[in-house]
Amino acid sequence: MSDAKVFILVTHADGKADDSAFELAAASGRLFPGASTTALVVGSGVDAVCQEVATVFGEVWKFDQAALAYPNAELLRPLLVKVLPAGSRVLLAHNTFGLDLGPGLSVKLGAAYVPDVVGAEGLDGATLKVIRQEFAGQVSAHVACDISKGAVVSVRPGAFKPEPSGATGGPVVDRSTEATGLSARRSFVEVISAEAGDIDITKEDVLVSVGRGIGEQENLALVEALAEAMGAGLSCSRPIVDAKWLEKPRQVGTSGQTVKPKVYLALGISGSFQHMGGIKGNPFMIAVNKNPKAPIFQVASVGVVADLLELVPALTEKIKKGK
Amino acid sequence: MDILVCVKRVPDSAENEISVAAGGADIHRDDLVYSVNEWDNYAVEEAIQITERLGGTVTVVSLGDSEAEEVVRREMAMGAGQGLLLVDGAFTGSDGLGIATILKAAVQKGRYDLILTGAQADDGGGQVGGMLAALLDWPFASLVNRIDVNEGKPLRIGREIEGGAQEVSDIETPCVLSIQTGINEPRYVGIRGIRKVASVEIPVLDATALGVETASVGSAGAKVRRVDYFVPVAGAGAEMLTGSTDELAGKLLDLLKAKGGIK
Ligand SMILES: Cc1cc2nc3c(=O)[nH]c(=O)nc-3n(C[C@H](O)[C@H](O)[C@H](O)COP(=O)(O)OP(=O)(O)OC[C@H]3O[C@@H](n4cnc5c(N)ncnc54)[C@H](O)[C@@H]3O)c2cc1C
Ligand SMILES: Nc1ncnc2c1ncn2[C@@H]1O[C@H](COP(=O)(O)O)[C@@H](O)[C@H]1O
Repeated sequence: MSDAKVFILVTHADGKADDSAFELAAASGRLFPGASTTALVVGSGVDAVCQEVATVFGEVWKFDQAALAYPNAELLRPLLVKVLPAGSRVLLAHNTFGLDLGPGLSVKLGAAYVPDVVGAEGLDGATLKVIRQEFAGQVSAHVACDISKGAVVSVRPGAFKPEPSGATGGPVVDRSTEATGLSARRSFVEVISAEAGDIDITKEDVLVSVGRGIGEQENLALVEALAEAMGAGLSCSRPIVDAKWLEKPRQVGTSGQTVKPKVYLALGISGSFQHMGGIKGNPFMIAVNKNPKAPIFQVASVGVVADLLELVPALTEKIKKGK
Repeated sequence: MDILVCVKRVPDSAENEISVAAGGADIHRDDLVYSVNEWDNYAVEEAIQITERLGGTVTVVSLGDSEAEEVVRREMAMGAGQGLLLVDGAFTGSDGLGIATILKAAVQKGRYDLILTGAQADDGGGQVGGMLAALLDWPFASLVNRIDVNEGKPLRIGREIEGGAQEVSDIETPCVLSIQTGINEPRYVGIRGIRKVASVEIPVLDATALGVETASVGSAGAKVRRVDYFVPVAGAGAEMLTGSTDELAGKLLDLLKAKGGIK
């Protein structure tokens, strides 16, 4: 089955393919070297997306139907089960859509499910070897999968950098007529966009960002005082918003805001990929964490292993004196 | 509404330094602080709130070793009426599909209108809920951050999507939903609450009692298997500062000044 095809599910919005489409093309080359790639573009009015991704895949299958205007995983799953050949290798992004579609798809295809892959280790016959992370990124694991009956692999956004694919640009095959008569027990109603607050952390050059390591709500005052002394904006990780200690518009990450500061001071934040996914533009990042194994130290520019409850007040004092 | 909530006992990654044990066969397990998976706690709270409003039952189920009882009891102390433990040596080494297969057997021993799972657990897979739904052939939605129950109608649910937007859908019951953090504020359980449920009987089911084929679960049935744990060779990594608190504060002040971090 070494010549089994690789199918890549393209997510898109407003007539543009998501960055993940190009990352998945790169991931395919690393996970399944030399395999031919077929992009799956499902939606309504998707010609532009098909043209855009045709440049990096061997071919594109287009499923264009008004009923598929919103990407409802429950509708897509039976369509994919119908059109994908037995033993297919399917790649999708480990994002909110991939999490919705992938696990059930693997069951219905009888294929192995390999979630949240961050690296490729090699393909040996029907054994695929990949790298994953566990315990919020504190340790990595080599994982071996029997893909003799096919595989659904979800790939962590940002883990594979897009690269020239070598594909010369394939044809777009219109298979829309196969995407009819679909029904699901889940129906789309609407999308409610995120509340816009009067706080806009996306415009700040300097962010002081606080995570669960702050421990108690009362301790937030320490971080607020530091941000004020620095003249910086105050942002946070998700648990701080879940606990309702700070407002949602201050949350950095894939399900919060995308920020582009020049300096990012992360206090008591472990560095989950969902948090780091909201930080763009390669800022100068300082991480303070009491755990030397915290994954954030792998990406920060400067790290300090310390108790933030001691270090933060000391730093605030120094700044006030130094001004 | 009768609700089953799947909960897992996990090392608390906020509390622990996780490190790889000799040879990578496992992590160091001594001295680890365990707790209920963060996401599952929100799922249990949601189930309890639904039944408090509309009546019905909440059952908490966990697959694990005998220690899993501790988290089931904790969640019962929150207000779940029933607990269920799935324990069998043959379950060790199950992949996501194996776990979903065992949970399916447990589901079929009861009658539930709704199954809640967490969005993800300690190995970050985010897979068991979606697989369980597919095995049961029930509809599924992931990352649910709102559930409105209207008697006799489908559930109206919100899913959290990128950027914090919410995708609203209607979903028929019975169904499986994976719950995202922040959907509610899980209640606090004190020692007294746990003591109250200390003597409640929690049934323990093994493979035979569940009618699960042992060849299809555990390491025997796993298509996906961890070879070893390892510590990645750090890329550039951070430049680590050392010194007393005062020295560290001084170094950070200089760095912040140099990089335009102080206005
Ligand atoms: C679909 C999805 C979307 C998500 N979106 C986001 C998102 O947009 N943004 C986001 O942030 N998360 C998001 N998450 C959650 C994410 O997976 C992590 O759970 C979260 O980022 C962890 O936040 P944290 O680093 O503050 O907490 P933890 O991971 O608990 O880390 C706390 C850190 O503080 C350290 N610490 C503890 N005490 C101290 C002390 N006294 N001094 C110094 N350090 C200390 C600990 O060592 C630890 O490293 C999402 C998850 C999912 C499933
Ligand atoms: N051993 C287990 N026992 C009970 N529920 C589990 C178990 N493993 C996973 N789950 C459920 O599946 C969810 C997602 O876990 P995972 O797919 O492992 O990331 C968890 O939040 C639990 O609700």
